[in-house]
Formats: sequence, structure tokens, C-alpha cells
Amino acid sequence: MATFNLNINGKTQSVDIDPATPILWVLRDHLDLVGTKYGCGIAQCGACTIIMDGNAVRSCSIPVSAAEGTKITTIEGLSEKVDHPVQKAWMEHDVPQCGYCQAGQIMSAVALLENNPNPTDEDIDNAMNGNICRCGTYVRIKKAIKTAANS
Amino acid sequence: MTIIKTKLNRRSFLKASALAGGGMILSFSWLTGCKPTAEQEALGLPDEWFELNSYIKIGDNGRVTLFSPNPEFGSNVKTSMPMILADELDVDWSNVIVEQADFYPERYERQFTGGSQGIRQGWNPLRAAGAAARYLLVAAAAQTWEVSADEIKTSKGIIEHKGSGKKAHYGEMASMAATIEVPVEVKLKDIKDFNIIGTSKKNVDIEKIITGKPMFAMDYKQEGTLVSAIVHPPAFGMQLKTFDGESIKSMSGIKDVFSFHVHSDGYVQNAFDTTTHQEMVAIVGNSTWEVLQAKKALQVEWEKAPDKEITVSGWGGNQSKVKIPSGLENTDGHLARMEEYSKKPANVLRKDGNPEEAFQKAAKVLEKTYTAPYLAHNCMEPVNCYAHVTADKAEIYGPTQAPEFIINTLSERLGLPKDKIQINLARMGGGFGQRAYSHHMVEAAVISQKVGAPVKMMYTREDDMTYGIYRPTYTATYRAAIDENGKLTAIHVKAGGIPETPIAPNRFPAGAVENYLAEGWDIPSNITIGAFRAPRSNFIASAEQSFLDELAEELGKDPIDFRLELLDRATKNPVGTNNDYDPERYAGVLKLVREKANWDSPKEGVHRGVSAYFCHNSYVAEVLDLRLEGNKPVVENVVAAVDCGIVINPDAASNMGEGAIVDGIGNAFFGELPFKDGVPQKNNFNDYKMIRMSEAPKKIEVHFVKNEHAPTGLGEPLFPPVFAAVSNALYQATGKRFYTQPFGKELDNVMLRM
Ligand code: FES
Ligand code: FES
Repeated sequence: MATFNLNINGKTQSVDIDPATPILWVLRDHLDLVGTKYGCGIAQCGACTIIMDGNAVRSCSIPVSAAEGTKITTIEGLSEKVDHPVQKAWMEHDVPQCGYCQAGQIMSAVALLENNPNPTDEDIDNAMNGNICRCGTYVRIKKAIKTAANS
Repeated sequence: MTIIKTKLNRRSFLKASALAGGGMILSFSWLTGCKPTAEQEALGLPDEWFELNSYIKIGDNGRVTLFSPNPEFGSNVKTSMPMILADELDVDWSNVIVEQADFYPERYERQFTGGSQGIRQGWNPLRAAGAAARYLLVAAAAQTWEVSADEIKTSKGIIEHKGSGKKAHYGEMASMAATIEVPVEVKLKDIKDFNIIGTSKKNVDIEKIITGKPMFAMDYKQEGTLVSAIVHPPAFGMQLKTFDGESIKSMSGIKDVFSFHVHSDGYVQNAFDTTTHQEMVAIVGNSTWEVLQAKKALQVEWEKAPDKEITVSGWGGNQSKVKIPSGLENTDGHLARMEEYSKKPANVLRKDGNPEEAFQKAAKVLEKTYTAPYLAHNCMEPVNCYAHVTADKAEIYGPTQAPEFIINTLSERLGLPKDKIQINLARMGGGFGQRAYSHHMVEAAVISQKVGAPVKMMYTREDDMTYGIYRPTYTATYRAAIDENGKLTAIHVKAGGIPETPIAPNRFPAGAVENYLAEGWDIPSNITIGAFRAPRSNFIASAEQSFLDELAEELGKDPIDFRLELLDRATKNPVGTNNDYDPERYAGVLKLVREKANWDSPKEGVHRGVSAYFCHNSYVAEVLDLRLEGNKPVVENVVAAVDCGIVINPDAASNMGEGAIVDGIGNAFFGELPFKDGVPQKNNFNDYKMIRMSEAPKKIEVHFVKNEHAPTGLGEPLFPPVFAAVSNALYQATGKRFYTQPFGKELDNVMLRM
């Protein structure tokens, strides 16, 4: 057990925990931030995607010990009023079906657009290929990313 | 004008909610959990709600709460079912709050999401509930104003009597409406007067989804909830021998380790009680990570399971014994046995004319065999469930498509009466048929009962992918007899699988061919299977529609023309009497897809495949356009034409259709779960390949036939035809026919790679 001070969504939170615990379970079990989802546990599905220091990462595969000193954004911290351009585009295209993968999709899309405001189709494929949508909403996700890029 | 029996009775409803132990125990999630949006705040909450029936409450300020009865797994029923209520009730959609109803069989007619039947079977009850509540509000106004109800009009939640100039909103009449006798019959709206049905409305949960609000069972816990993982046998045909619980009990955060049985001995199962592993080990602890660490460290010994026999009770209550063979099965063995069965005579499921003679006399026989593997559902949200079982009651919150099929099981296993068990319905992270089998609710409940605390049980992805209830493996052999004039004289299909045949004997092309023979066979297995998006259809459509494509070519016909000729025969002079499709509606979608896809003007470099199928009471035709970029097949566009009657929520319906098409393309190219010595050879997404964005079509168009037929299935029917649209397009691109799924594995043979 060790104590970690984590900067999550602009707030510093402290947890006393096994250093090997993946950030995913710290968020879900200890901080009650359950928007970030478990899908595979091995960095293959993207359901657990968060933004760490500006990059989309798989929180299931990063231990909490590696998170100290970084800035983490989760789906809950994206906007106060549900008005992040990516969220708005998601609403416009009514993207989700079951919704389970969507937090991860949105976080990958946000990181993509922060690093590359005008992505090509290929850029979008590359950035989003780590996020599985079992319901198959890919066509809408891509449209929504383009809408967000243009806004 | 349509008059409908309401079947609603307020007294029985009130009794039911009292029985459920808390009256209206449902609350507004945005009151208890999250903040209301600005819009919700502006509309305000009423001081008092009045229940007009189990689906509808009206606030004194005119706000409306509609309860969506069926579990939501992504097909968007939580939006479309209330839309039906709202249209008949005649309210302003923006004034509606939608709530998920929990499981109350006394209050709702059918709380089952599956078989693409939610909207089809909910159509009349929901319309009746909306219309009956409107009737009560109008009757209340008529009494208050002392005018005739016939002279009163409603619009968007406003009641008006022109003659006297009286006007009120629904909220003003709600308290009186709630005291008026529920009518036995009500008049429904004319279809032309619908103003919500048929217009696109956003998913009612969209804001919660995109802000990460807790909505799934996976996200749920109460004070003091413990976490539990399970360990199940690694192979089909294996069972628990011993385990060393003591050695992990001392690990950090671990509370208890024990084995448990899912069903009690001699339990008579229902058709949805499918459970692969009757005995498992449960590990219970404080946090997910601690429990997962202990799960990894647990020492377990397994042994081969003997032959078993279970008793299953069918729909009519008649019981049958089902044998579950012992043994550790292999995919190679499955394929060999299926080949052997394909060559033996099988059960005749339908026979028209004299197919034997037609084949004897044929100048040419075309014969092809198609095979597909087991598939795992791989719902994005792994199996999980929250349960809190105490001495006298149980609360269960978990993903289930079919609470009504598990309530008896829970009652029997927990030793609690049904009315002491409350199943609350979580939004599901996918279902695809697999969540109709709710063994996990029993497992979580048994664990909670044992440890005497609320428990959240979670399968890892590996547990989820390897526990069973798969889409079966199948094979089908199609034969066609062609006479010396190049005319089709007979079709013969023989198809089977492990453990079921995929044939629906009275579907097309039955009815369209003079001489027709359908035979089925099956091979028992200990690998459990269950419904998977359009069960059986999802394979037989791929075989049939690939075969018809090859047959059309053999006969020198355009594949759409050929299908239309067959359907024309089935329309004008059908063979046999039991044909369970409407050939004109079937032809309708082929004609529509031909037009929308510009089938008659082919494009340079674009290879097209067509396919059509009827299932779940709906008709679908699809054209898939494929291009080769270097050696990579790229699906450029898929155009679908769908006849599912009236479409409730067109944009959401398209979304569902797009998803089914992506799902079909993914499984056609990549889906497969092989076995070795009973062990599933894939257990996570590193080796079970799922379709990803770069392999998805660049574009999908879903077109609906406009008609006034009552709505039919939508979630499933777009899925089965995709497989053959893929294989037929691949043939156009490569000159090679694809008979064995997943096709991705055969691409190497033609120097292609996905
Ligand atoms: S849960 Fe982290 S990538 Fe799947
Ligand atoms: S919306 Fe269901 S997995 Fe993506």
C-alpha cells in the first residue's frame, strides 16, 4: 500500500492503495468515477480510455504508481455543461447504441482533435482503431469527429 | 378508425405496485443522481404526480413521465416505446421524462427484449395505454366543463373545447382523470395523424451516456457492496475437483473464497436457464483489483465431467430430458462429424413435388457446401450483476434481456417467494441474445446470500468469452437441378449444426420452386449455445444467398432478376401452402435496393454483392460495394432496403441497421471461436478479432419502405443478409467463391489481406 496524489479532472485526490492497481480500478472503485469502463483489461478495446497529459491512454494497463504528477481527464471532466464540441457532435449524430464503449470513443476522439484539429479519414482510423464498438457505430463516430473538427 | 381493448385496470395495477413493496419506487435519476439540465429545470417538476396507468404519470404542471417497459440493450426501445405512448397520449415530446420501468410482470405485458419483438408486440399495448390515458384526461375535462367529450380536442398536452372557449393543460385535469373508470375500449389515432411516430427523436439517454453517468449494472453499488469474481472450468466437459481457497484468503482485501452450485440438484430448467458450469469458485473481497489478484493466484484442480442429463420444461410445461455428453471436443472433430452428417439422409423438414426425380433427370446439378464456426457474443459490457439477498428478500440489478425467464429460477434457488425478489433493469452494454440467459443473476444472488452482504459479481473478459452460450457452428449443402433447357427444376438443402439445424423450412426459396426438399440434422455437444442476433437465420441466409448468387450466374441471370423471378412465381402460383413470407414485400425490398444502389449502372473498380433475407417478420435486401486498395478489400458502401412496416424513430432505426451491417461484415471476415480439448482457443480481444473502424464500411445507407403495416422486427433482420453480400462481392472482386467463414482466413489464397 502507498499513498498517491492524483490530479483528476482538475482536482487533486489522494488514494491509499497497492501501487500496481490499474488507474481504471482506482477511478471506478475508489473515486466513484465509473464513466470509464472495463472491457478487456489488456489494452485491446479502448473502453477504459482516459486522457493523460494530453494523450489518450488505456487506464486498464497503467498502474496508479505511474499516474502521480500527471494530469488526467476522464469523461466526467470533459465539460461542465455537456458542451464540449465532441459531446455536441455526438448528440447531433445520435451516435450511441448500447453506449458502453462511448466514453472511451469520446476520449480517444478528444485527444485526437487536440493533437490534430483537422484529421484526415486515415488519421481518424488510426486514432480510433484501438476502440472497439461492438454495436458497430463506427460510421457515426467518424461523422461526429468530422463535425467536431469543423466546429 | 381502430378501436382497441385497453386491458388496463387501475385497481389491479395499484395492487401490483403495493405488492412490489414500495408503491412507486422509481425515482427520477436526475433528481437523485445528476443535476437536471437547464431545459428540465425550466419545465420544472410538479408538486404532485397522478398515475393514469402503469406507463403514464401526469404532473399537476403538465409534465409527463412515461415508463419504458422493456430492458434496453442498445436497440433504443427506451426512446421508441415511449414515443408510441406519447403520440397516442398526444403530448409534446419535449415535455416528456422517460424512465426505465423495473421488472413488474403485474404491470407490464411483456418485458422481454429479444427476437426483435419489442416494438412489434408492444405496438398495441403501448398505443392502448397512451390512448386510454388521453381518454381519461378528456373525460375529466368534459365533466369539469359540463360539455360533451366528443367536442373536445387535444393537441400537445392541451385540452380545448372550442364551443365554450375552455382550455386547460393535461396537468390541470390529471387529478380528476386519475379517479375516472378506465375504459374497456379506446379509439386509436389514424396513422396519418401521428406526429411523433415517424419523426427522428434523439436517444433519451444520450446526455447520460456522453457524460459518463452510472447507467450500467457494472457501475452500480450500494454502501457496503463487496466485489466478487468467479472461476469457472477452463474447458467444456470439465468440472471442479478441488481448490485451495485457504491460500488466497489471507491476500489483501479478500473476505471469502468458496465453491457454489448455480442450480440446486434436480432443478427443472426452463429454456433460458442455460448454464455451462454448474459449479464454480467465488472469490469475494473489497475491491476489484484485489479480487482479480486473488483469482490469479487461486490453485484449482479440474477433472473430466461425466455424461449428464438435465430436465428442461418446455413452453407448454411438458418436461423433456436432455443428455449432455461428456468429452473434450475439438473443432477438427466438429468439422469431421458435420461432414459425415451432411452425407447421410437427415430429417425431412419440407418436401414439395418430386425433388428426387428432378435431380435424376437433371442435365446439370450445382452442389455447394457452406460452413461457419462458433461465435462468441462479446458484449462490450462483460457479464456482471449486483445482488443483495437477505433472509426475507432479494434485490437484483443486472443486465438481462429476459427478467421473466429468471424470476422463477431465482425464487427456487434462493428459497424466496417471487414477490420478495425485485429485479431492477439496468441499461445493458449489449446483449445480442446472450443476455436472455440470466444465470449470472442467480450466481450473484447465491454469492450475496452466502456472504450476507450486497455483492457485485463481475466476469473478466476472459471469463465472459469462454463460458459458453455461443452461436452454434453450422454447415449447409445446397443443390440445384437444372434441366437440358437451362431451367431450374429443383432445390435441395440439407443443413445441420452442433447442436441444432439452422433451417426454417417454410421460408424462401420454399414456395418458389416446383420441387423442393429441406432436410435437417443435429449433433449433441457439451458446448452451450444460445440466441445470437437472428439465430439460425444468421447462418442459413449466408449459405442460401451465396448459393442463389452462384446459381443465378450458372443460369446466366442477373442475381436480382433471378430472385425476383422466383418471388414472382411464389406470388402468382405459390408451391405449397405454408410459406411464411409475403413474396411481394420480399420483392419490394429487392426493387428498392436496386434503385437506391444504382444496381443497373455499375461503377469502374467497384465489386458488388447483393443479398436479401426475411426474418423476424421483416424484409431486407442489401447491396455491398467493395474496392481493392492494393491487396486490401475495402467496403466502400452498403445500401440496405428494409420493410419493417411503420418506422417509429427513423434515425435511430438507421443507426440500428448500420450496426447490424457492421456486425455482419465483422463476423463474416473475422468471427470465429475454435476449440481444442474443450478449451475455447480465444479468450480476449488480442486474439478474437473484432471489426474496428478501419475495416468498417466508409458509408452505409438504410432505406425504409414506406407503408402502413404495423411495425415488425428491426434489430436482427439486417444482420443475416450481410454475410452473403460480402461473399458475393468478394467473388466479383476475386473470381473465387467463398464458402467457409470467416472469409478473412481465405483471403490469403487470393493474395488479399484485411
Ligand atoms: S479495458 Fe482497457 S483497453 Fe479494454
Ligand atoms: S455503442 Fe455499444 S459498444 Fe459501442
